[in-house]
Amino acid sequence: MSTNQNILVKLKDAGFKINDKWLVQGVSLQVEKGKIVTLIGPNGSGKSTTAKIALGIYKKIEGTVEKFTNKVGYVPQKISIDWTLPLRVNDFMVLTENLKDETIDEALSLTGVIHLKDKNLGDLSGGEFQRVLLARAISKKPDLLVLDEPVQGVDFTGEIALYELIKKISDELNCGILLISHDLHTVMSATDHVVCLNGHVCCSGSPTDVAKNNEYKALFGEQASQILSRYEHKHDHIHTNEGKIKKN
Amino acid sequence: MFDDFFIRALVAGIGVALVTGPLGCFVIWRRLSYFGDTLAHSALLGVTLAFTMEFNIALSVFIISSLIALTLIQLQKRTNLPGDALLGLLAHSSLAVGLVVIGFLTFIRFDIMGLLFGDILAVTVDDLLIIWIGGAIILLILKLIWKPLFASTVNYELAEAEGLNPDRAKAIFTILMAAIIAISIKMVGLLLITGMLIIPAAMARNISTSPQKMVVYSIIGGLLSVILGLFSSLEFNTSSGPSIITAALLLFILSLFKIKQTIKLKN
Repeated sequence: MSTNQNILVKLKDAGFKINDKWLVQGVSLQVEKGKIVTLIGPNGSGKSTTAKIALGIYKKIEGTVEKFTNKVGYVPQKISIDWTLPLRVNDFMVLTENLKDETIDEALSLTGVIHLKDKNLGDLSGGEFQRVLLARAISKKPDLLVLDEPVQGVDFTGEIALYELIKKISDELNCGILLISHDLHTVMSATDHVVCLNGHVCCSGSPTDVAKNNEYKALFGEQASQILSRYEHKHDHIHTNEGKIKKN
Repeated sequence: MFDDFFIRALVAGIGVALVTGPLGCFVIWRRLSYFGDTLAHSALLGVTLAFTMEFNIALSVFIISSLIALTLIQLQKRTNLPGDALLGLLAHSSLAVGLVVIGFLTFIRFDIMGLLFGDILAVTVDDLLIIWIGGAIILLILKLIWKPLFASTVNYELAEAEGLNPDRAKAIFTILMAAIIAISIKMVGLLLITGMLIIPAAMARNISTSPQKMVVYSIIGGLLSVILGLFSSLEFNTSSGPSIITAALLLFILSLFKIKQTIKLKN
């Protein structure tokens, strides 16, 4: 057991294989309260697998995983909802935990989809559904958030707003976040710790350290390593859902 | 008041419908209708064993169906055969073994039609107790596992990740399926039990917008089917099972008109 009270989940030399093929191997990392840990790496490098190991979805693993909280919010990379289930956004929000109406409304407002509350889940667009997924994960005020490509399919301005929201949530709730993202701009600006995966941990550390790392450069190219500065996008207004503009 | 066979059948049928309603919704959501069929087929073996050993029918069916369900889970782990092949294998082999055993039981008068299609004359006061007490227990357990079961029906990984233990809920649900088949076999008959589970729930799916509504409509549909079915069974002297299922089918057909309207509204 760790003496550090802030650790929420800790992987030590963790690995997982299916039919003798390793999906990922030798991953050690820990997520602490109030910190954002980001996994980056090419397709098939084991990012989602690592997240599922941390969540305890994969059970027959190599190495160890210790989870110190049960209050977990998860946004999976892929999710398909069956048409056989008549499921509205409102029903989906209380899927794993009963919540007060105000809590649901608050979370849906934060991700900008409160107007979809009574809509059928099957009728949402990809981006809208992604916002609902994120709202559901944050609404239960978890200690640990695991976000696997949380903004896929979300429009450009929405993407930035949602990443800002994720950062804000990590500060306000003091929860730990394990984030998987392809957007290096965001990774470099909002993350405390980056783990670069390629079937194993190829390098890890603070964003600036990782960006200087040669293995990282080899994996992502020279250009990617120049992305160091915070994404500068000053927005003086918000776009509401009917295309109206609201000044800040 | 339970002296009259028809009142007994009605009370029994209502008890069955209250339980098949919510369970049937899960059968549809989790795509388990063929699984239900397999358990129901294996019930024949349970019935014959009950006769051979002079044992309570419902209890014997419950035990055999549960064993078949566990066997299925083991076979799924240990073989490379697809799920539907395993289901077919278990369904038909247990049905066949059941029929072979009946062949040996020449000394017992056997109402095979009643067994396959249900017989309202056969419902005793003891059966009523089994249906209502057993049904209440099934519903209580279903309520307790509702959250993890429903969450894992929507998405297994979400439920597992957020600490709901979906595997345990699934195992318990399997046992509940065996239990509902055991208590409803006399009413509906083993060939038609799955119909009682899925047809009212399918009707409910057509007219509901949320899971809770679907459960309520499914129960109402089941109750109406039982009442309509039993009255016509009495009127036309038909087996109770087919009469109830036919009534359920009529309700399902009616519910299709509602879908048509909704599609029209969308366009």
